Amino acid sequence: MVAKRIIPCLDVKDGKTVKGINFLGLKEVGDPVELGAEYAAQGADELVYLDISATLEGRRTFTELVRSVAMRLDIPFTVGGGISSLADAARLLEAGADKVSINSAALRNPDLIGEIAGHFGSQFVVVAIDARTMADGRWLATTHGGSVQTDKELFSWAKESQERGAGEILFTSMDHDGTKKGYPCETFAALCGSLSIPVIASGGAGNAEDIAQVLTEGKADAALAASIFHYGEITVPELKRYLADRGIKVRL
Amino acid sequence: MIAVVRYDAGNVLSVVNALRRCGVEGFELTSDPEKIKNADKVILPGVGDASVALASLRSLGLDQVIRSLTCPVLGICVGMQVLCRYCEEGDVDGLGIFDAEVGRFSLDDPDLKIPHMGWNQLRDMRTPLFNGLPDGSYVYFVHSFRAGLSRDTIATTVYGTAFSAALAKDNFYGTQFHPEKSGHSGALIIKNFLVL
Repeated sequence: MVAKRIIPCLDVKDGKTVKGINFLGLKEVGDPVELGAEYAAQGADELVYLDISATLEGRRTFTELVRSVAMRLDIPFTVGGGISSLADAARLLEAGADKVSINSAALRNPDLIGEIAGHFGSQFVVVAIDARTMADGRWLATTHGGSVQTDKELFSWAKESQERGAGEILFTSMDHDGTKKGYPCETFAALCGSLSIPVIASGGAGNAEDIAQVLTEGKADAALAASIFHYGEITVPELKRYLADRGIKVRL
Repeated sequence: MIAVVRYDAGNVLSVVNALRRCGVEGFELTSDPEKIKNADKVILPGVGDASVALASLRSLGLDQVIRSLTCPVLGICVGMQVLCRYCEEGDVDGLGIFDAEVGRFSLDDPDLKIPHMGWNQLRDMRTPLFNGLPDGSYVYFVHSFRAGLSRDTIATTVYGTAFSAALAKDNFYGTQFHPEKSGHSGALIIKNFLVL
């Protein structure tokens, strides 16, 4: 059977990684290529590079970075952040990205999902959904780091994304993101059960047990995390060993 | 010289990058029939729709060229599928090198997602392509169609049921998985191919 995937996420600004990474003992701690290669060597199954540059110059730098990452890495990687057109996706594909992750641009223009999937295949399109619960219990998609609420309901939007050609859904609960309290596993299980494409769980992992839970009770196909890896709370091999000891199939 | 076939079948950059990582400099990305005929080795990459890939090979006149090759040939993913007898995707005949049909996964288990995406294990490996790989080695897959088991199967993987993770016939090899994205195991497979 296919293994559950562990995916470290690197935030990149103006070509440098942002979060703390000192534990790896790298000379160039800010170098996203070196950091990615180190994660790959440790057994990460995929990587996500998220561009958080705010400027046009930063975006150009990011494309060059993607080119360097593609030359160096021998595992798949996804890029996200600021992709709002077919041309953006094409530029990143041409630079060597294996997948692009689209979020607010897909909410603004749902046709973008089908355009990118139609040109480059569903395997190239990850639709990221940042959602939070409302007073009535519904989950609504948000933009701008959770601060702007949309009228798209999580389950119907995920289903629509799948039908439009998304190859994977990356779901982050904005109620849990950054809290280290774990994932909303019931919601993940319901979401995974309602879709025929893989679901990546993101946001909220405080420890290995949280990740084990979302991959079992939550039925997620993969778990993405940033802080717990970057700050050295647990390494990728330690996490995978922990998961394997609990009977979860991972690539060791 | 190693020829990497350039045709309308998605991005071939990852294969080129993998060859560079393996220290290979003498390769060329080409759709020139003469260069492909004279190559020492040929790699046929491919991502996307098998029927689109086949139409592109035929319009470039490369279907006959590839069939006539006597050097080692490696088809990757859709590049493997087009070498099979038949592809359900687009209901088209393949180049007929491997005695296998490529059909859509039909899975009874609702927990199994399509595409089959991620790392899965190789079993029943044979031929020098897999020299040095232990049973159960993980490689990276992303596909919705797969070749069934056949006498040309040289490695199997289980996703719901067993399918052909790799095929071989004479000088032709094909992998459904992406060796160029399969870490250390993938690099070993590429190096094995390069010394065939």
